[in-house]
Amino acid sequence: MRKTISVLVENHFGVLTHVAGLFSARGFNIDSLAVGETEDPTISRMTIVAEGDEKTLEQVKKQLNRLIDIIKVIDLTGEDFVDRELVLVKVKIGNKNRSEILQISDTFQAKIDDVKKEMVVIEVTGDQNKIKSFIEIMKPFGITEIVRTGRIAMGRK
Amino acid sequence: MKLTGAKIFVESLKKQGIEVMFGYPGGVVLPIFDALYDSDIKFILTRHEQGAAHAADGYARATGKVGVCLATSGPGATNLLTGLATANMDSVPVVAFTGQVKTTLIGNDAFQEVDVIGLTRPISKHNYLVKDVKNLATVIKNAFHIASTGRPGVVVVDLPVDIQIQETDFHYPEKADIRGYKPTCKGHIGQIKKAVKLIAGSKKPVLYIGGGVIISGASEKLREFVEKTEIPVTMTLMGLGAFPGTHELSLGMLGMHGTAYANHAIQDSDLVIAVGARFDDRVTGKIDEFAPHAKIIHIDIDPCAISKNVKVDIPIVGDANCIMADMLKYVKRPEIAKWHKQIASWKKKFPLTYKKDSKLRPQYVVEEIYNLTKGKAIVTTEVGQNQMWAAQFYRCDVPRQFISSGGLGTMGYGLPAAIGAQIGCPKKTVFDIAGDGSIQMNIQELTTAVSNKLPVKVAILNNGCLGMVRQWQELFYKKRYSHTCLECSPDFVKLAEAYGAVGIRITKKQDVKKAIKHALKIEGPVLMDFKVEPEENVFPMVPAGQPINKMIGVLA
Repeated sequence: MRKTISVLVENHFGVLTHVAGLFSARGFNIDSLAVGETEDPTISRMTIVAEGDEKTLEQVKKQLNRLIDIIKVIDLTGEDFVDRELVLVKVKIGNKNRSEILQISDTFQAKIDDVKKEMVVIEVTGDQNKIKSFIEIMKPFGITEIVRTGRIAMGRK
Repeated sequence: MKLTGAKIFVESLKKQGIEVMFGYPGGVVLPIFDALYDSDIKFILTRHEQGAAHAADGYARATGKVGVCLATSGPGATNLLTGLATANMDSVPVVAFTGQVKTTLIGNDAFQEVDVIGLTRPISKHNYLVKDVKNLATVIKNAFHIASTGRPGVVVVDLPVDIQIQETDFHYPEKADIRGYKPTCKGHIGQIKKAVKLIAGSKKPVLYIGGGVIISGASEKLREFVEKTEIPVTMTLMGLGAFPGTHELSLGMLGMHGTAYANHAIQDSDLVIAVGARFDDRVTGKIDEFAPHAKIIHIDIDPCAISKNVKVDIPIVGDANCIMADMLKYVKRPEIAKWHKQIASWKKKFPLTYKKDSKLRPQYVVEEIYNLTKGKAIVTTEVGQNQMWAAQFYRCDVPRQFISSGGLGTMGYGLPAAIGAQIGCPKKTVFDIAGDGSIQMNIQELTTAVSNKLPVKVAILNNGCLGMVRQWQELFYKKRYSHTCLECSPDFVKLAEAYGAVGIRITKKQDVKKAIKHALKIEGPVLMDFKVEPEENVFPMVPAGQPINKMIGVLA
């Protein structure tokens, strides 16, 4: 199963390696990881999306809690939360499909960040489903590059 | 008043009540060694940094205090690693200080530079690189707090040389306050009541005791608990001494080389009460068939240990001593007279024994050491057959008496650990029960024992081979003794003498007692070379991947 874990950590060097090492030592792949300062500058928040079986993920959560530099571990899986990701997609463009691409982008409320003669850079923000379907729709036009921020999430409670 | 980082280091250790440290000097720790020159802290110079780490570990296990070691950067730090991993695996409180190159040189592949923080991350509870001298005192305070509380472990503090020289105001914090670190001590009372209810209704309960009972100082409470409930007790290698090995309700050690009656009791039981133990594979054997009829109560301070290997019915997270105290308030004696009879019959049918003939057998040596030290010595071990025979035949009655590398299984542990234990407990007899293979891994520490006039006794059970691996080759690899026969070993008696210790060689069974008595009278270190039966095996044995009641070599 896929888990979204939000982790509050001390905002100083070495914490990320501790967290990443914990995952790698157990043969876990981190699907995405986003780190940023919180409202308190001494604390950072990591949003980690990882895949694995329930038992192992439970262990990982406990192990995270055990790390000294980790202040709080919140498992958002199954909770009510808002999640967003920002993606930059570079798509091949020509005279024939230009308007179609721009129209689709508009439907997705995506932003055109750069337009050249033969390519366009589109910025799209949204939850997992939206990002996934946008990429699927753009695929036939020819995607040459994708850059993603990784998911960030916030509980609604 | 402003102090240099090096002086702050020494003053902080003093404030922390540190009396002794183990280590080895080097380039980037020169300022610290200079500060140590005028200090009252006893510094034990080992002959290898690994020895320093093991000695700090042995000191900590024997005394219950935090062990401290110090090494230089680069090779000094890497040499510590095996010792730190050993201590951390067995939850031993050790604070290790390493020198580091100047902060401006970090990451430049400077002379004797190594990424200590990266290297020690998976083998420590926590680590610090001090980048500002103003943080030094707080880091040291936190390091000792983290190492010694909760589930204890190793904390590494990496000290760049420029930090040791820079000056700042010295203020040692009264209390460590770490917002991400609040270990649970008190057990959940609801869980405790559930456990007590389960115990009262059980017919075949067994207490399965690990090192956590010793660490938390819960031995007395455990004893009261056993006396009240009359539940039989088995112990892990790390738990030996937590409950008296000579008590009639003791089943001795369980697991791969446990007693047959302990293993049968676990497999037949309807309730396993695990306290401060972690269901290690050497204990459980085939995990799906471990204690198949039993409900499991698991008391442990580390939430990660709960349901890691086996599914637990009633987990209780907290300090064993606290929880045992609470359990004692409510616990009722279960009706288990039939169970006692069953266990007594197993004890009679499958006693822990060995072939008693005229040959010099290693088990006999351990038994005689036990007899002649009246069961009161601190016993350290190396790793392998010597370790298992020591565990089986030196029946420890008190905690902190049996000191052995359990989790990591580090050869070369016993001698430096014995040195640390002897320094911590100068009035006690300390015996290292060793093998001819593992003793050679840290034999250089004989010098440390000689120079500090430590009366450590080393008993080498010399079978001319790497016995445990040879045993596996005999049983599972058709006696193809691939690189396990030590055809060429030093003359241990001459070697002892060369180091300035006393060496004694014993080749006959009838000379064993006399030799041990003689060794005990000598005030300095003694190395005893017992030429024992080469193909003696450690039995009973649970072959890898088998449930623990499927033992081989049980003498009936």
